[in-house]
Amino acid sequence: MATTQTLTPAMERQRNARLRRGMLYLVLIAVGLAAPFVAYPVFLMKVLCFALFACAFNLLLGYAGLLSFGHAAFLATGGYVTGFLLSSYPGLTPELGILVGTLAAVVVGTLFGALAIRRQGIYFAMVTLALAQLVYFVFVQSPFTGGEDGLHGVPRGALFGLISLRSNLAMYYFVFAVFLIGFAIIQRTVHSPYGQVLKAIRENEPRAVSLGYNVDAYKLLAFVISAGLAGLAGSTKTVVFQLASLTDAHWHMSGEVILMTLLGGVGTLFGPLVGAGLVVSLQHQLAQSPLGNWVSVILGLIFVLCVLSFRSGIVGEIAKSVRKNFK
Amino acid sequence: MTQELILETRGLTKEFRGFTAVDDVNLQVREGHIHALIGPNGAGKTTVFNLLTKFLPPTRGEILYRGKPITGMKANEIARLGLVRSFQISAVFAHMTALENVRVALQRRLGTSFHFWKSERTLDHLNDRAMELLDEVGLREYADVLTVEMPYGRKRALEVATTLALEPTMMLLDEPTQGMGAEDVDRIVELIRRVARGRTVLMVEHNLSVVSRLCDRITVLARGAVLAEGDYASVSADPRVREAYMGSEAVEEGASA
Repeated sequence: MATTQTLTPAMERQRNARLRRGMLYLVLIAVGLAAPFVAYPVFLMKVLCFALFACAFNLLLGYAGLLSFGHAAFLATGGYVTGFLLSSYPGLTPELGILVGTLAAVVVGTLFGALAIRRQGIYFAMVTLALAQLVYFVFVQSPFTGGEDGLHGVPRGALFGLISLRSNLAMYYFVFAVFLIGFAIIQRTVHSPYGQVLKAIRENEPRAVSLGYNVDAYKLLAFVISAGLAGLAGSTKTVVFQLASLTDAHWHMSGEVILMTLLGGVGTLFGPLVGAGLVVSLQHQLAQSPLGNWVSVILGLIFVLCVLSFRSGIVGEIAKSVRKNFK
Repeated sequence: MTQELILETRGLTKEFRGFTAVDDVNLQVREGHIHALIGPNGAGKTTVFNLLTKFLPPTRGEILYRGKPITGMKANEIARLGLVRSFQISAVFAHMTALENVRVALQRRLGTSFHFWKSERTLDHLNDRAMELLDEVGLREYADVLTVEMPYGRKRALEVATTLALEPTMMLLDEPTQGMGAEDVDRIVELIRRVARGRTVLMVEHNLSVVSRLCDRITVLARGAVLAEGDYASVSADPRVREAYMGSEAVEEGASA
């Protein structure tokens, strides 16, 4: 391996980009650590859970070019499995419950992916939607999910059996750590040898095939990672709210995550975070205002506006203007 | 000639809903040759090409690579055998730099392409080799340019560099000079001549002057079937070929170029 290398401008640019990203992470972490002293921790936890969900979705849509319309299934699988385990086995610690919930989402994701990945575009979306509806039906019917009522009073327990998560502040820092881990996994995936191939496949699939890559296997891996992280978000959310319900499995949820991702900026690292923050805040604010019944209409209008006028989303548009003005 | 066959088809046929696009084609490509597949529009050249590169499954017939059947293999598997194709419209990864384009082809051999937990910096040691390849096609100064911003002719050259990264034993080029100005055409012809050393090339080509300058052997397709085969002189003298091309000027023009 060559150790002494001349730094080409591209490598230098990449290194600068890495430095800039590093700075952004530091800012993100600092903001995250300080946030619960400024805003209500439960609200922040909700934002973080949905942000992780949206980031997972973005990995698939933004970096693999696959539009899934069934991501609610993974969120709900994680949520229900974790909720059921923590309710039924009081000795189980929350991190183990979340781990198993995430693994369950990975298993469901592998099954979904193996079936859907052969189709492209709208057909891929339809297959994922159909499978997610199937999962919804299973959750409605199964005794372990509590059917229409859902699972209530899931104990938060104590982290590693040591640190009680009953206080919202402790819970918040745990959720923040989970979010950072999920975010770091996505980061690394995007900037890995695998990420390069994924990008190539998104850019020109036949060419990637002609270079000898088995593109279906690469897409499947992206799907599984995305499903697993969506499950992680769902599991964590269940622990936070001590609740798993059918809302998470409904196709509305699959639509909402698309909205968050597009609004924030698909294919950008921070877009889904911004999008999730915005959508959750809006829902939160509107629910308390006289416009409470109009939440869906308002979100719908914002979505239309976004698609019509700033198609690369908030973060995408900002990145564009920065590039234009600092080149 | 005693050269070995590298690629051979036997009774290759492709039917689309009753329409026979490729009809019982027996093609023989010899090792080390630059072999052209020509024919008027709709003759089935591109279909043959897609059959050979497994982008389409044949209805009947066999494809042999170095005497071994590859008919049932997948497109990505034959690339691993050393049979690498290009595309009619330049096939590059638009939002990656020229260097990254080549590197993504090089990285497959590392066997880390599923490693999503490794840093992309583990690929940096491929940069030198990628630069060499870019140099070979005259694109050194484009290394850091996003491919989408490169002129068309350069994109085609980049495609060649990416293909070379796989160290193919045989290159299949689908109309490498299509849509190019005269200057670019000359550059690509030189490039193909250069990279074809020690390799076999099978190309679909419309431009007969390119064919006359480059190719050792030519197969003429018409209506999905082989009409004639031979070197440029014998093929261009064949009255059936002239007739297929209607008006025959095209062939003469090519011969005088």
